[in-house]
Amino acid sequence: MSNISLDLIGQARMLYQYAATLTGGDATEDSLAYLRNEREYKNCLLMELGKGDWARTTLRQFFFSTYQFYLYRSLQNSKDHTLAAIAEKAIKEVTYHLRWSAEWVIRLGDGTAESHQRLEKAVNDLWMYTGELTTATDYETLLSKQGIAVDPASFKDQWIQKVKEVFEEATLIVPGNVWMQIGGKAGVHTEHLGYILTELQYLQRTFPGCEW
Amino acid sequence: MSIAPVNSMLDKIRSLLELVTDPEVPVLTVMDLGIIRDIRLNEDEVEILITPTYSGCPAMNTIEWDIRSILTQNGFPKIKITTVLSPAWTTDWMTEAGKQKLKAFGIAPPNPVHSVCDTKLFAEQEAVQCPRCNSFNTRLVSQFASTACKALYQCNDCSEPFDYFKCH
Repeated sequence: MSNISLDLIGQARMLYQYAATLTGGDATEDSLAYLRNEREYKNCLLMELGKGDWARTTLRQFFFSTYQFYLYRSLQNSKDHTLAAIAEKAIKEVTYHLRWSAEWVIRLGDGTAESHQRLEKAVNDLWMYTGELTTATDYETLLSKQGIAVDPASFKDQWIQKVKEVFEEATLIVPGNVWMQIGGKAGVHTEHLGYILTELQYLQRTFPGCEW
Repeated sequence: MSIAPVNSMLDKIRSLLELVTDPEVPVLTVMDLGIIRDIRLNEDEVEILITPTYSGCPAMNTIEWDIRSILTQNGFPKIKITTVLSPAWTTDWMTEAGKQKLKAFGIAPPNPVHSVCDTKLFAEQEAVQCPRCNSFNTRLVSQFASTACKALYQCNDCSEPFDYFKCH
């Protein structure tokens, strides 16, 4: 898990550094990470939810890594060379994350009665947050038309297909149509983000500009 | 600047870079890793173009400081280190010498054939040789070992566990 998060931190840093360059002024990767307010964050809701058991952890990783895999695969063709380069780097790592998490979903689903039950509960808890992954926001639609970003709706079918394949092996049922929670990518978050930002930003806000 | 002094400067810089090692695997130099993309002399400034291995590799910061340190201490006061993301670093860029050093250090070097870099699940693993007893009768324990770039294997013959530098 810590290796996966290290990869993700690396990817986040590359994206934040580029965002800071584009923002200009005195923006840096650190100011974007530590000094924005909750409504300025555009992460999807699935990733800010609270932690749980191993089934919930590996299932969430599987949903997210599948999304990242298809996203980066398309982003490699972006007209923006920096985004394409970041995607080219990230896809190799995400390929490992996807294999690792999918294999765990299968082990737990097709495992013992307890592991299967825990995974089923995790599916019921997390499924309503998966729709947002493949639902485009205004800015994603705008930028994908310019060939810069990727429209996540463009790989929705592939995402579902991958989930179906893995769920079948894991002896899990893919839920039917449910109301999908969205809003994270537009800056409207759950209370969970508050706890995350409190911990993340405490030091920088208490001692602004502090350094080692 | 005439050609001869430039070449000797580049040679000197290259030999200094041969002294910068990977903090995790001190037998490997940054030249062995293949992360130095280019060395440019811009008037009085030396620019080193470097490609990171893994996105979040924490050793990259240390490596950059070490490069800066060794060059400034050896007659090159103005250094610029530029990160180049594309083309992305691949284990193919690791030198043969680097691979031999890894093996001697007890880490199985990346295999030349890339058969693990796809999404096939529970795929039959590529045969990885035990760096201690040279047997191919080894098994994968985990995709992630002491660092993100390595997987954990165990040899079924000599029973010793070892790290494998993953194809990337």
